[in-house]
Amino acid sequence: MIEIKALSRKWKSFALDSLDLTIRDGEYFVILGPTGSGKTLLLELLAGFHRPDSGKILINGKDVTDLSPEKRNLAFVYQDYSLFPHMTVKKNIEFGLKMKKLKAPEKFREISEYLNISHLLERHPLNLSGGEQQRVSLARALVTDPEILMLDEPLSALDPRTQDSAREMLLNVHRKGKLTVLHITHDQTEARIMADKIAVVMDGKLVQVGTPEEVFEKPANDMIADFVGFENVLKGRVLSREKGLLRIDAEGTVLEAAGEVEVGDMVHVGLRPENIVLSKTFTQSSIRNSLKGTVIEVQSLGALVRVRMDCGPLLNALVTRQSAEEMELAPGVPVYAQFKASSIHVLR
Amino acid sequence: MKAMIRSKKNIEPLIFVFSLLLLLLFSFIFVTLANMIFGQVLNDFPGLVRTAKNSSVMSSIFLSLYAGFLATLIALFLGAPTGYILARFDFPGKRLVESIIDVPVVVPHTVAGIALLTVFGSRGLIGGPLEPYVQFRDALPGIVVAMLFVSVPYLANSAREGFKSVNPRLENAARSLGAPLWKAFLFVTLPLSARHLLVGAVMTWARAISEFGAVVMIAYYPMIGPTLIYDRFLSYGLSASRPVAVLLILITLTIFIVIRILSAGWSIYDRD
Repeated sequence: MIEIKALSRKWKSFALDSLDLTIRDGEYFVILGPTGSGKTLLLELLAGFHRPDSGKILINGKDVTDLSPEKRNLAFVYQDYSLFPHMTVKKNIEFGLKMKKLKAPEKFREISEYLNISHLLERHPLNLSGGEQQRVSLARALVTDPEILMLDEPLSALDPRTQDSAREMLLNVHRKGKLTVLHITHDQTEARIMADKIAVVMDGKLVQVGTPEEVFEKPANDMIADFVGFENVLKGRVLSREKGLLRIDAEGTVLEAAGEVEVGDMVHVGLRPENIVLSKTFTQSSIRNSLKGTVIEVQSLGALVRVRMDCGPLLNALVTRQSAEEMELAPGVPVYAQFKASSIHVLR
Repeated sequence: MKAMIRSKKNIEPLIFVFSLLLLLLFSFIFVTLANMIFGQVLNDFPGLVRTAKNSSVMSSIFLSLYAGFLATLIALFLGAPTGYILARFDFPGKRLVESIIDVPVVVPHTVAGIALLTVFGSRGLIGGPLEPYVQFRDALPGIVVAMLFVSVPYLANSAREGFKSVNPRLENAARSLGAPLWKAFLFVTLPLSARHLLVGAVMTWARAISEFGAVVMIAYYPMIGPTLIYDRFLSYGLSASRPVAVLLILITLTIFIVIRILSAGWSIYDRD
C-alpha cells in the first residue's frame, strides 16, 4: 500500500500542492491529468528522484520519504523507455539483477519469453521498434521483482495498432503478478478502460479519486467534466466482420463499426458525444447506426448542451443550445441517436 | 548545401567566394607547417637525424609530453566531476563559476605565468608553505601547474557537454533498478560520455604541450620542448631551432593520429 500524505513540491514550472492519496495493493491505479499538471513529478517523487518540500510517503507502512530511489524496490518505466543505449537488450535486463546482486536465470527466461523478446537479446536498443523497446523496458523493470510498477505515459509513444497490444500486455502483467501498478496518462479513454481506480490531477492538485464509473459519470466539478469529456465507452463483443464492417454487440445493442479486430474479440467501443446526431423521427440516410431512446437529462454547458439518453446503453450527446431548444429536448422526450460506423473507435 | 557544391553547373556566387576563402585559410595553416617540415626533411635531413639523436633535445620533448600527460590526468580528476555538477545542477552563481573556469583560455600566457608565480613561487600563497616539501620554481611541478592552469578549461567544458548529452532519466532508470548514484554514474553516465571525455583529454593534452609563456615564467629549467626551441633560436638562430620544432610537431602529430584511429570505434552514443 502506498500512502501519500500532504505531499508538496515545487520544481521548475510544476508544483504539487498538498496531495493526499492512498493506493492499495494490487490495484491498477491510473493518474489522469492534462499535460503539465505535475503527474510525472508526482511519480518521480514516489520513485525518490525528487525530495518533497513537505509531506510524507509511506510504502507498506514504512516511511520512505527520505529513502534513496535504489532502496525503494519500485520499478519505473519512462515514456521514452530509457533503455541504456550502450548495452545489449540482455545487459539492459540484467542490469537490475546485477545491481541488486540477484541471480534469477529462470525469471529472466520466463519474462523474456512472456514479453516475446527472447529473439532480441543480443540486439542494441537503438535498433528496436517502439513496441519492442517498451517490452524490453518492462522486462528490465519486472525481472527484479518490484513491489510496485510505475508507468509514465506508457502508450503515448506507440502507434495506434501497437497501443492495442501494449494495453493488453500491461493488463496481463498486472493480473499475472498481482502487481500494484501506477500508470500516468493524459488520455481519458486509456484511463477509463484500464483503471481499477483513477486519480484526476489538475494544476498540481488532486481533484477527484474514484472508480472509472465515478470519475466519468459523476465528475466532481465542471473543470473535471470538461477535461474527461463525456466520451461514450461501451463494452462489447464482435459478432461478425464483412468487408471491413463490424457488427458489435455493445451492452445488448448491435452497432456497426469499422476496425481491425477479429470476430469474437472482446472490445471497447468509443464514441465521441459530438459525433452523435439527434433527431425526433427516424430518417433514412447513409448513417449506419440509429438507436431509439429517451432523454434522461439535459445539462447546459454554455453554447453547447449535453444530452444524456437511455438508448439501451446510456449515451451522451453534445448539441448546440439552439438545436436543443428547437427540438424541445427535455427529460422523457423520445429521440433517435444516429452516428456513422466510421465515428466509432474500436479498441481491443 | 553539399548538393550545391557538387553540381558544377550552378554554383552560388556566395558559396564560390566562401570556398575560395576556405582555401586561403587552409593554405595559410597548411603551407606554414608543411614548409617548415618539408623544408627541413628535404634540405637538411641529416640535421634532423642528428637532432633526434641529441639526448637533451629528446629529453626536452619527452618532458613536454610527460608533463602534459600529468597535467591531463589532474585535469580529468578535477574537470570531470566539475563538468558533472555543472551539467546536472543549477545553483546561484553558476554562470560566474562557468565564466571563471573559462578565464585561463583568454588570459595572455605571460599574465598566467605571473599569476602562477605569485601563488606557486617560493614566497607565494601556496608555494611558500609547501617550500620544504615541493619545489614549483624551475621544477616539474611548476611545469605541470602552468600546463594545468591553461588547459583545464577544455576538459571541464568538454566533460560538461558530455554529461549534458546523457539524459538524466537514464540515471533515474538505473537508480530505480537498484543502482546507487555512484554506480549509475560509473555504469551508465560515464560510458555514454566517454567520447566527450576523450576528446576533452586530447584537447587538454595538446593545449598543455603547446604552452610556452606560462611555463617559461615559472620554470625555464628543466626545459620543455618549446622552451628549448626558443632558447636555441635566441642563441643560435633559425637553423638550430627548426629541427627541434619539426621533431616536436612530428611526434605530437603522430600521437594524436594514433589516438584518433584507436578511438574511432569508441562509444557512438554520445555524438549528440
